[in-house]
Amino acid sequence: MKGLILLADGTLYQGRGFGAAKTSVGELVFNTSMTGYQGILTDPSYKGQIINMTYPLIGNYGVSEVDNQSGGIHAFGFVTRDISFHPSNRMSVMSIDEWLKAQDIPGVYYVDTRQVTKKIRNEGTVKCVISTEGISPKEARALLEGTTLRTDYMKDAGTKEVRHFAGDPASGTWGSSGSGAGLKVAILDFGIKANIIKSITRRGCDVVLFPYGSTAADILSVNPDGLFLSNGPGDPAQAVHGIEVARQLYGKLPTFGICMGHQIIALAAGGSTYKLKFGHRGGNHGVYDKETDKSAITSQNHSFAVDEKSVTDKGMIITHTNLNDGTVEGMRHKELPIFSVQYHPEGSPGPNDSEYLFDRFIALIKGGNVNA
Amino acid sequence: MPKNPDLQKVLIIGSGPIIIGQAAEFDYAGTQSCKAIREEGIECVLVNSNPATIMTDPGIADKVYLEPLTEAALTAIIEIERPDGILAGFGGQTGLNLAMELEARGVLEQYGVKLLGVNMNSIRKAEDREEFKSLMQEIGEPIPKSIIATTYEECYEFVKETGYPVIIRPAYTLGGTGGGIATNDEQLRLLTERGVENSAIGQILLEESVAGWKEIEYEVMRDAKDNCITVCGMENFDPVGIHTGDSIVVAPIQTLRDFEYQMLRDAALHIIRSLEIEGGCNVQFALDPDTSNYIVIEVNPRVSRSSALASKAAGYPIAKLAAKIALGYSLDELKNYVTGETSACFEPTLDYCVVKFPKWPFDKFKTASRKLGTQMKATGEVMAISRTFENALLKAITSLEINQDGMRVPHIIALSDEDLIAKIEARDDERIFAIADAMRRGRTRRGTDPRFTREAIYELTKVDRWFLSKVDRIVKMEKTLADNELDVEILYEAEELGFTDKEILTLSGASWDVVRDIRVVHDMFPVYKVVDTCGGEFEAITPYYYSCFDTEDESVLSDAQKILVIGSGPIRIGQGIEFDYCCVQSVWAIQELGYEAIIINNNPETVSTDFDTSDKLYFEALHIDDVMNVIKKEKPEGIVVQFGGQTSLNIAEKLHKRGVPILGTSFDSIDLAEDRQRFNEFLGNLGIPTPAGHSVTDKEGAFKVVEELGYPLIVRPSYVIGGRAMQVVHSDEELTEYLTDAVKLGIEHPVLIDQYIIGKEIEVDAIADGTDILIPGVMEHVERTGVHSGDSISVYPPHTVPNEVIDVLIDYTTRITRALNVIGLANIQYAWDGSDVYVIEVNPRASRTVPIISKVTGVPMVRLAMGAMLGEKLADSKYGTGLYRKMKFTTVKMPVFSNAKLTDVDIALGPEMKSTGEILGIDETYEKAVYKGFLATGVAIPTEGGVDISLRKSERTPAAAAVVGRYAAEGFILYGSSGTARWLGEYGLDVNVLESNEVTDYIASGKISIVINVPQTVNRTDNESFRVRRYATERNLPVLTCMDTAEAFLIAVTNRKNDVQPIYHSLEDWNRY
Repeated sequence: MKGLILLADGTLYQGRGFGAAKTSVGELVFNTSMTGYQGILTDPSYKGQIINMTYPLIGNYGVSEVDNQSGGIHAFGFVTRDISFHPSNRMSVMSIDEWLKAQDIPGVYYVDTRQVTKKIRNEGTVKCVISTEGISPKEARALLEGTTLRTDYMKDAGTKEVRHFAGDPASGTWGSSGSGAGLKVAILDFGIKANIIKSITRRGCDVVLFPYGSTAADILSVNPDGLFLSNGPGDPAQAVHGIEVARQLYGKLPTFGICMGHQIIALAAGGSTYKLKFGHRGGNHGVYDKETDKSAITSQNHSFAVDEKSVTDKGMIITHTNLNDGTVEGMRHKELPIFSVQYHPEGSPGPNDSEYLFDRFIALIKGGNVNA
Repeated sequence: MPKNPDLQKVLIIGSGPIIIGQAAEFDYAGTQSCKAIREEGIECVLVNSNPATIMTDPGIADKVYLEPLTEAALTAIIEIERPDGILAGFGGQTGLNLAMELEARGVLEQYGVKLLGVNMNSIRKAEDREEFKSLMQEIGEPIPKSIIATTYEECYEFVKETGYPVIIRPAYTLGGTGGGIATNDEQLRLLTERGVENSAIGQILLEESVAGWKEIEYEVMRDAKDNCITVCGMENFDPVGIHTGDSIVVAPIQTLRDFEYQMLRDAALHIIRSLEIEGGCNVQFALDPDTSNYIVIEVNPRVSRSSALASKAAGYPIAKLAAKIALGYSLDELKNYVTGETSACFEPTLDYCVVKFPKWPFDKFKTASRKLGTQMKATGEVMAISRTFENALLKAITSLEINQDGMRVPHIIALSDEDLIAKIEARDDERIFAIADAMRRGRTRRGTDPRFTREAIYELTKVDRWFLSKVDRIVKMEKTLADNELDVEILYEAEELGFTDKEILTLSGASWDVVRDIRVVHDMFPVYKVVDTCGGEFEAITPYYYSCFDTEDESVLSDAQKILVIGSGPIRIGQGIEFDYCCVQSVWAIQELGYEAIIINNNPETVSTDFDTSDKLYFEALHIDDVMNVIKKEKPEGIVVQFGGQTSLNIAEKLHKRGVPILGTSFDSIDLAEDRQRFNEFLGNLGIPTPAGHSVTDKEGAFKVVEELGYPLIVRPSYVIGGRAMQVVHSDEELTEYLTDAVKLGIEHPVLIDQYIIGKEIEVDAIADGTDILIPGVMEHVERTGVHSGDSISVYPPHTVPNEVIDVLIDYTTRITRALNVIGLANIQYAWDGSDVYVIEVNPRASRTVPIISKVTGVPMVRLAMGAMLGEKLADSKYGTGLYRKMKFTTVKMPVFSNAKLTDVDIALGPEMKSTGEILGIDETYEKAVYKGFLATGVAIPTEGGVDISLRKSERTPAAAAVVGRYAAEGFILYGSSGTARWLGEYGLDVNVLESNEVTDYIASGKISIVINVPQTVNRTDNESFRVRRYATERNLPVLTCMDTAEAFLIAVTNRKNDVQPIYHSLEDWNRY
């Protein structure tokens, strides 16, 4: 099967196709993680995006039944240098090729993914067509030009109905357990990763997951002890309804936000966000915690960032910064029980170094302060 | 946390001589840490006894002490220098052990020296088995069931509980010396006893075996603020059971899910935090592929071979950063050296695959068992980088210089099915080729043979199925090439997988024209990509490249005039770190001369492959295809082949034939020196004597040569059996034996018979510019001719060679270099029999002694040679021409052997080189320098006890008896056979007669403390004499196999007896002496 990707600047890569025979248009981004492709592809934050992996050998350990971060693949396409048709791992139930077929997602390999990465680095994230259906470059061009990309996938990347998850200290292997027994956390879902929910339930908290569109009243009706704003795809400014809910609940509940949740808090506070040239996607960035004078290696997946000045004017303190480019990676309110991080303390994939933030959330709910 | 302001002067301990398990990686680490320290404006003092290293070169540290790595020497140096801090984590196990000793003796406290980077507590916790075990239990990291034992009985009791197999590891040893896997009581007893003896503290660790689990390593770093990062995770192709130094290692980790990867990463960080290491640390894990359970195998609280590999694999200079951390910096204050912009507090991400392949010395040590286990046997390694595993693996194999293109090994293909399976089970150095052939058989038989399915091979080897599938992809390509007519697609796929042109031609039967034309028409050539630590996320400023088949070429050409240096590849016996020294020196010289210096090399341990050494580094095989690809790309003005040892010379002919400009001495002159026939004629024309010799194909011919030349003779075959390549024969009996047992004589296999000049061996290194020559120094060997120059003790300046002979040497050297039109370096070995001087060998290239002579005389030989190659004249340099002035001190180079690692190798000296490293003893007089030299080698110097004497008949001379007499005069009791007793009786010496089988008992009971054993035949392992030498060596007794060495050793004995105190000076101070 032949495969191609065509970039908005006209660059065409013709490689081999795998996965589903399909054509998609999306935003081409790169991810530098060397492990965890299954978690990446099923992370709802990638909805609408075509992922180019910088690590060239993908699919080595196949696909398992336990590593999905949501119900299925959200990314629109997958680009790699090489794939393994003979995966090896005790948990593997199928190859990446079989999985993408089953999930109806196109993949292209035999592509100079390093060149693609450098292109994105130099020119920014770019609109792109991926096809494994043998379409001509001309057809691809037409499709590319005729498609407008959505930037509001957070509206339908998450749950469609209210869901309940019982606290279960036994469900995980990491972190402290049972510390939050009996507490209830309401989550506003923009496209949450499964391990965020697990990281909360593992600490003994019950979780109520609310779909996009839920009102502040809906959330308050379950008498939550804390509020969590999740990660999700798209431009946070498009999540108008979500921002409004966050504003109504601002300061009313101990609140923690991750990734888009962090951006939503900034917007609810009256701050602003902006789009980075090519975002941060991977599991290797160092983040500096100003308050502890220590750094941690983090898992990242975001296109947008919070404008520092816009939130410090609104009572926020910047707590974390990215060691490479100085962008905002975390903040907390001076007085109110609100804090958030841009990166992913739940890992999956990526380091577990920042798992302590969930403990901090529980402590905050219990009436401690953010630095407890 | 900024730099510690209290540090104004820091002392670094080097790792000493190269031995198996502790090689060039510490030169790389030490050189980097010196740079890191000096960048901070801190004075850097270095102590290392190894003169072949780059770190001991002037300009790396502020002060260099080429002195023994002993507690006494370090104490004296600390007293002189009064450093504020000491860095012990860069000199391998040697450095750590020495630091522990200094700490234990209170030396550090006495002089107020702060131990930087590691603390005693963490070293002890990581290295002492019992403390390590209790720490792991305390922090909840799983370790195998184990006990610390000092006797066999304890081990036996343990095994009664856990069962076999069990692993034995001696505490505090290098490269797993004396360790192994026992599967029965007999093996257990043997390994227990050897392990206890080999351990510095008489302890072994006995543990349950997890052989067959995946072996995974992490290189982690931590700073004083407790920030931690993983620089690189690595996965061994070979499962647990083979020492990681002998394993094929792949980076990054390939077969772990993110969950498993993070689980082990968490554990590695947990461990480095618990040990409170400030700097680098290596953590090795075993992971059960069936359950994902893991155990911690080992922790190295310092930079190591693995950290050198990780640094090169990831582009992250661990040693440099570890040094900065030791000075007080935290990771988040430091920059990534590759991007120059982003933080050093991150984790490198690779967008390529790295394969490390060990280089073993079995081609030299034919009697050594090729089986691999927990005891490391490799002398060096190569690394290959590419975008696919297959390509990196095949590149690595090409880089090994084992005359092999690809994975088809004829003698393995020829094995019966049963023998092939047995070979795979034996786990020897050729295992991967045997596995490939099993896959090949499985493929040809289309799954009909259940023994050769992928699953069966997995069960047999426990090599992860992913690796097997990759080997299978290569094997499949072999078949595709053989079964189909070559076309564009097949050729591209073969090239992309890493097949060499030669292999493609052989397999496909296509003609070279077709291959070349397809490649030209489709522009099918490799492109070069950058190693940048970040997968292309940020712009990199490092000129560190590897080839691959892909779209974009990232190697940007500059307008500068370029010179390409061919490196020396993996470290092996006879081609060690000294050639890396020469290559690095030449790079610096080229830059100084105003050119861009480009280097190609593939050894991850070395300074030459550090990305900030040259203007451009191509990490490539030194195969003609790969070198030509770089030449095609860079179009250099000239190629330098003089400094990379035999490796670069081997490629000279191919380059010459392709019309590539070789700088300096022409290929024709190189060839002339290598071609015996031409060389003899050449010397004949010059009227310079050389030993006469002939080539024979039958016994009759051989004895005709005897009639002409008389004994002794030196014989060497063109075809070797059992490691007895070269030998000196003294009688018809010995010659007959040699021709019958040791060689396969015939028209196809001629034997060379040369006159053996008994005498003094003298070595001259010279630089020639086409007009003049400069001889910086002459070295005289202690051992007479017949012992390989690399294994001889050699002395500068000569102390027993008369001036008239030196004049002859200068005259001959001048005439030879002139006639050969040498431009650059030449090394000539001479024999002086008391009246005449003979030329034994001419090497128109860098030699082993270049770094030594450069350092002791202060003449920058490589710089001058490079200048000569680029048109400078010696007459214009401040060093002048002719023989350079003699220094006022004496230096003695001594070989160091890795005898403890290769248990079935004969330690006796002969014409074939066996040493892996060297040290230098510098002192006022010959005697004191010899004493210091022996101290630096670490050999035991007994002052009492007994000497066992066993000399072959031809050695029973009055001179030998006189040496033995001096041992007796020093109070040693003499032991020997009845024959020896009779002979020495003639000189009035009393010898206690021992039966040959009694000798080992006397060694065991401590009655014999020195063994002087000059065997009839070297490298014969089937006799009692060999057994005695091995037995004594393994018990750390001095075993002297040449009377000249025995005489020199006596000097050490008397000096020690008289408690002579060596004096210690920096190299700079010696040079001013």
